Amino acid sequence: MSEWVDVCAIGEIEEEDVIRFDHVGRTFAVYRDEDGTPFCTDGLCTHEQVHLADGLVLDDEIECPKHNGRFNYKTGAALRTPACVALTTYPARIAEGRIQVQV
Amino acid sequence: MTPARDYSLIGPERDRAIAIGLASAEWYHTDVPRKVMKGLMRRNDGPATRDTILWLGLLLLTGIGGIATWGTWWAVPFFLVYGVLYGSACDSRWHECGHGTAFKTQSKNDWVYALASFMVLRNPVAWRWSHARHHTDTIIVGRDPEITVMRPPDIARKALAFVGIPDAFVHFGVLVRQAISGPNAEEADYIPESEVPKVMFWARLFVGLHLVALLLALLTWSILPLMLIGGPRIYGTWHMVLVGLLQHGGLAEDVLDHRLNSRTVYMNPVSRWLYWNMNYHVEHHMFPMVPYHALPALHELIKDDLPPANPSIPHAYAEMIAAVLRQRTEPGYFARRALPPGAKPYVEAFHTETSLPEAS
Repeated sequence: MSEWVDVCAIGEIEEEDVIRFDHVGRTFAVYRDEDGTPFCTDGLCTHEQVHLADGLVLDDEIECPKHNGRFNYKTGAALRTPACVALTTYPARIAEGRIQVQV
Repeated sequence: MTPARDYSLIGPERDRAIAIGLASAEWYHTDVPRKVMKGLMRRNDGPATRDTILWLGLLLLTGIGGIATWGTWWAVPFFLVYGVLYGSACDSRWHECGHGTAFKTQSKNDWVYALASFMVLRNPVAWRWSHARHHTDTIIVGRDPEITVMRPPDIARKALAFVGIPDAFVHFGVLVRQAISGPNAEEADYIPESEVPKVMFWARLFVGLHLVALLLALLTWSILPLMLIGGPRIYGTWHMVLVGLLQHGGLAEDVLDHRLNSRTVYMNPVSRWLYWNMNYHVEHHMFPMVPYHALPALHELIKDDLPPANPSIPHAYAEMIAAVLRQRTEPGYFARRALPPGAKPYVEAFHTETSLPEAS
């Protein structure tokens, strides 16, 4: 199992928002939902190489900023074309006031 | 003189675009703080619900008026309005709901998208993928399936497009072909195999509905059914063409900066309502997640980083026509607008042509 990796302080991601997180040559999108719970997915849309951190969080969904494809960022499921392939999701948690992901 | 280019999506220009890094490339964006952009991207059912009730209500009223006065001259004004609401306003509704930005509620986007696709004679599945490619590779020759003004330009054909000829028939022919055999080789370049059954379903449904209208016209020996269904794509399409040609006409090809290949034009309120603010076209391409009703605010925010908007439709046409006329003999030419002081310079990597004097 991968180790937990520190992302940022909890306050650095607003509720219902997303940031980019780069780690050892890979890029991820780290989210907080409306309750503040953190989530993590691959950073790039599965349709084209566009970073989801520039997209819009709507409830449980992230909308790609280029073509408006949508994913459920909690499950990774592709919900709206042109996104057809699911995102990979990763565990995320809050520990001592910081968001950590297991990637 | 630059030779005419091959706009096919399966020819050598596609290979060239991929080889030199123009396909699926990184595009220039004006810097907008994340918090501000989140506010602009926020979805809201209100404006589109209001506009759609008004649109469908006016369609119903003018349609009923046209039927009630059919056979008299009073039918003419009814169908003049009905035709534009059907054959022109459909394009912007198709576009915004296709992006999924008009309404917050996705089912509302999907319903209006399907209706508008029917009106504009576009397969809702095929064109969703086509438009995604248009945004990935805007006016990249060999990649973008939605380049309207090719070079050298066919000016007579563009003029005839104002009355739907031959465009409406070409679009209907595409639907018939898709109903029978699905996407062709070029469409298959951007439509996944898994979407083919849906492409054929919608094509068959749309062709079938138009054939019902044609059958009704034959049975009643009246063109009234075709004045209501299908016909507006001919007699009412002029406004869609009027504003649509300005989106990219006469501007650069093969660049990675929407300020060079897209045009923002200030328009009258009626045209903006019919067009759902797509006159802010540079802004739309830079930030396609911003709903139509927030584009004026986005424009105010970033206009100092964009070439000045054309102040009117006639001004924009003067600029575009001058460039297009020159492209008849110099297909590599395009209108290049000066940026305001302080704007970030154009991304210069892939264009070399000279500039056009400002339209007066």
